[in-house]
Amino acid sequence: MNNPVTQLPTHTRPHNIPLPQQQLHDERFPHGVGDEKIRIRDLHAFYGESHVLHGVDLYVNQGELVTLLGRNGAGRSTTLKSIMNMVGRRTGSIMINGRETLGMAAHQIAWLGLGFCPEERGIFASLTVEENLMLPPDVRSDGMPLEEIYSVFPNLYERRYSQGTRLSGGEQQMLALARIMRSGANILLLDEITEGLAPVIVRKLGEVLVTLKNRGLTILLVEQNFHFAAPIADRHYVMDHGHIVEEISREELPSRQEYLNSMLGV
Amino acid sequence: MGINLFALMGQLLVGLINGSFYALLALGLAIIFGLLRIINFAQGAMYMLGAFCAWLGLQYLNMNYWLALIVVPVVVGLVGILMERFLVRPIAQQDHLYSLLLTFGIALMLQGTFNHLFGSSGQSYAIPAALQGGFNLGFMYLPMYRGWIILVSLVVCFGAWWTIEKTRLGAYLRAGTENPKLLQGFGVNVPLMITLTFGFGVGLAGLAGVLAAPVYSVSADMGSNILIVVFAIVVIGGMGSIGGAILTGIGMGVVEGLTKYFYPEASTTVIFMVMVLVLLMKPAGLFGKEA
Repeated sequence: MNNPVTQLPTHTRPHNIPLPQQQLHDERFPHGVGDEKIRIRDLHAFYGESHVLHGVDLYVNQGELVTLLGRNGAGRSTTLKSIMNMVGRRTGSIMINGRETLGMAAHQIAWLGLGFCPEERGIFASLTVEENLMLPPDVRSDGMPLEEIYSVFPNLYERRYSQGTRLSGGEQQMLALARIMRSGANILLLDEITEGLAPVIVRKLGEVLVTLKNRGLTILLVEQNFHFAAPIADRHYVMDHGHIVEEISREELPSRQEYLNSMLGV
Repeated sequence: MGINLFALMGQLLVGLINGSFYALLALGLAIIFGLLRIINFAQGAMYMLGAFCAWLGLQYLNMNYWLALIVVPVVVGLVGILMERFLVRPIAQQDHLYSLLLTFGIALMLQGTFNHLFGSSGQSYAIPAALQGGFNLGFMYLPMYRGWIILVSLVVCFGAWWTIEKTRLGAYLRAGTENPKLLQGFGVNVPLMITLTFGFGVGLAGLAGVLAAPVYSVSADMGSNILIVVFAIVVIGGMGSIGGAILTGIGMGVVEGLTKYFYPEASTTVIFMVMVLVLLMKPAGLFGKEA
């Protein structure tokens, strides 16, 4: 039987040219692609008339922490939102756990085990901290129990009856992350979670990500703060003008530092 | 000027009853506005439809009042569900002006149809036997059915408020009001929730219609008469504020009743004067959040 992951409906791929990442990927994983949690091929996305993504190709394996680096406007957030079916029109292919999701309604995506943490954090002002935590339905059965969430984030316990948006920026970020940890999502899409936060909170978030990674969760991280991402990520994708321009593994990182600096405008 | 306690209490009671209907209708409007961001101009027509369903049920199906109280809100709610699914949703992405015009058109069509079928003189619906009579409270006489209206309205309004503010289901509703896209991203079927919410909001109008049938005359334009006042109430309470709609509804009924006693000439306009004052001083409404 053909592996469903490698089968592509032809109508979604106008140009049937093998892509560099695919070849690279196949060499690295000769034993197949069964451990792929996310596989995106030739993804185009549109907001109304504007064409934002121009053929994104990437994959994330089970248990990997992969970052999307790039300048503002490169299409990193749009890539995450496209996976969640939160943008306008999309073409191409987005496979989650080997299932094509392009035809799915937005509310069905989460049930594949996806948890999304938006750039603006998305804490609900009309809900208390605890209501915010309990809001996402349990998309899988083995989410982190509330008690454990509170032991990881004691601040959230202390302020559980406060209005969600009364929390500090750092606490709101922890809440946004805790919320999808509790729902049992095992593929996390995290958008700029360290943006504008104090170093001590960034360190805490780094520790949490390492814990999640050690538990086998798969994480796709959009990050501006390269120093945050570098020590914990397995691989990095660099995006520019709506597509992936480079893939850099952890091992290649030291030799590619200069390239990255120029790409990210550091 | 001496105060005639009996007359004053009488007007206060009328005010409370009107306020009960205002609260039920404003609550439905506020729930719908919160989640769909549309103003349902057909809310008054749904109230009229509820009253007619009760009347028709009694005339032709021998459906008694108590059964009507359960069945009619469900039937009217189903009408709302069909309306949302097949008329409102297809134009949901357009400017909200379109859905406003759509619901206004539906209201006119329903009103015209019932006017054509049943005339404009109005039908009467007998107060159910168990709710006839009344109590002498010493300072006033309280007809039992009037008390029943206030009781049902308060229970339903409080129940709806409690559900929305204190339960998990309500948390979905509040989150959907605030950021439907993200809520859907968490795996909640927001389109279905919107349809059911619209049905529930419209069903509340149907319930108000059944309650109203024995006290007001059942006629095609009963909805359009009350709707304008209800809009003013939603504006005073603050668009989309659930608690605000309920409290303002009852409060404005009382204000109207008191005005009827002290200065009857102003009783039909007092609510609009309050609306103007509130808009000047607190544009988001008494309970609305400042944008």
